[in-house]
Amino acid sequence: MLQLVTAVIKPFRVDEVKEALKGLGIAGITMSEVRGFGRQGGHTETYRGSEYQVDFVPKVKLEVLATDEDVQAIVDAIVGAAATGSIGDGKVWVTPVSSVVRIRTGESGAAAI
Amino acid sequence: MDTGNAAWLLISAALVLFMTPGLALFYGGMDRSRNVLNMIMMSFWCLITIPIMWVVIGYSLAQVPFDAAFLGGFDNAFLRGINITGEDGGMTLLTVAFLGMFAVITPALISGAVAGRMKFAAWAIFAPVWTLLVFVPVFKWIYGGWLAERGSLDFAGGTAIHVNAGIAALACVLVLGKRKGWPREGHPPHSMPLVMLGAGILWFGWFGFNAGSALGATGTAIQAFMNTFLAAAAGGLAWAVVERLRDRRFTNLGVASGAVAGLVAITPAAGYVSGMSPIYIGLAAGVVCCFAVTLKTKAGYDDALDVVGIHFAAGLLGSLLIGLFADPEFFGTETMAGLFNGGGLTLLGEQLLANVVAIVYSFVVTLLIMLALKYTIGVRVDADEEMMGLDLSEHREVAYHSDAVSGIE
Repeated sequence: MLQLVTAVIKPFRVDEVKEALKGLGIAGITMSEVRGFGRQGGHTETYRGSEYQVDFVPKVKLEVLATDEDVQAIVDAIVGAAATGSIGDGKVWVTPVSSVVRIRTGESGAAAI
Repeated sequence: MDTGNAAWLLISAALVLFMTPGLALFYGGMDRSRNVLNMIMMSFWCLITIPIMWVVIGYSLAQVPFDAAFLGGFDNAFLRGINITGEDGGMTLLTVAFLGMFAVITPALISGAVAGRMKFAAWAIFAPVWTLLVFVPVFKWIYGGWLAERGSLDFAGGTAIHVNAGIAALACVLVLGKRKGWPREGHPPHSMPLVMLGAGILWFGWFGFNAGSALGATGTAIQAFMNTFLAAAAGGLAWAVVERLRDRRFTNLGVASGAVAGLVAITPAAGYVSGMSPIYIGLAAGVVCCFAVTLKTKAGYDDALDVVGIHFAAGLLGSLLIGLFADPEFFGTETMAGLFNGGGLTLLGEQLLANVVAIVYSFVVTLLIMLALKYTIGVRVDADEEMMGLDLSEHREVAYHSDAVSGIE
């Protein structure tokens, strides 16, 4: 069985998480710049005395495909490297993946990871 | 021909030209990312239309003959009689070019108020028509005309340029209406680095604007240069300190806005004050404008980038402060002295009169031009075009492409 590990983290923790995952021998990570809010909420900006409430704050979303046996180590590595202890550190979740194909070779399943 | 004077005026003219692209960045960064190219184009439209209008008819109507008439004539239309073979060796030709740079930036100042919803076709007509019908006559009255003969002073364009454009901006937005969602929905600047770069270019160019207005490499030019240097710093400092006390932070936009406010305020006074006066004028402008920009929300007019709150307010303030700080020892006793230099209230009264005349004329004629455009070609883009952004809807261009998703191959 294959799994997709998705993490939404603070942008300035990306390098730490990437190094931790490379340390596990992970073959690839997909990163996107995203915006969102959770319990942390947004922030305010002030221009010429007018305050603007910004609800969606910048975050980074990481996606990693993994086999069942690697999933727990990947989740632990992300949680360990992304944590600052303050509100807004983000979340990690795992979803089952029904199929994966490597485009170049046509390999599928675990061989495609 | 004095080659020193000519050299300084040539350089100054180029410095003033550079202010218009600087203004385009200053305004462009302050607008949203979907409207930045439209904002920049409004300034560049002035750069490509006004120089031609200026030499064809503008200069002649604004300056020739140099008398108290309501308007000049056609003697120098199409640059007739102005060339480098005359006795002046080309200094008049150079003056036409130098003043033409001021004609370019004055309508461009207005564009900040109408940001984000004006139909570009309407702006394309408005900018040269406004320059001809409003800028040219007001310029004539203040430089050599009846307001100057009465004794009012305007060294580099506080009344003729900043008050004039500032009150015109108010008339424009009253006809144009508010942007969708304003003021409920915020319209924060999309690129503060562009704003800061634009502000820096404006400050740099302003040395040509003010010190160049001495029309030569003279002591007055040196004094105006120093006054420009100090007033900008004092304006930025004052705004920053007010923000720190009121909003608990020093902001980039506050520093840039205060510096511009200081520059605007010293413009009319640059060649008439000395010593510490430019610092007082700059400080006053920073404090006054920091509060003046908040009036639009209370009064309900959508002056998008604060042309009224900065250019009008600081221009008027600086022009009136001449009535207090004007220093006859420094610029010659044939002109009036300010209240603080033993001149009484006469000069202040003349400054007030000149500004009231400029305000009333500019406001009324601008209103008429805008109404004429509104009921002919229309002045406002459709609601869906406004939402899409004027860069795409008006110019079929986009400022910032992300290569993968732009769809452009």
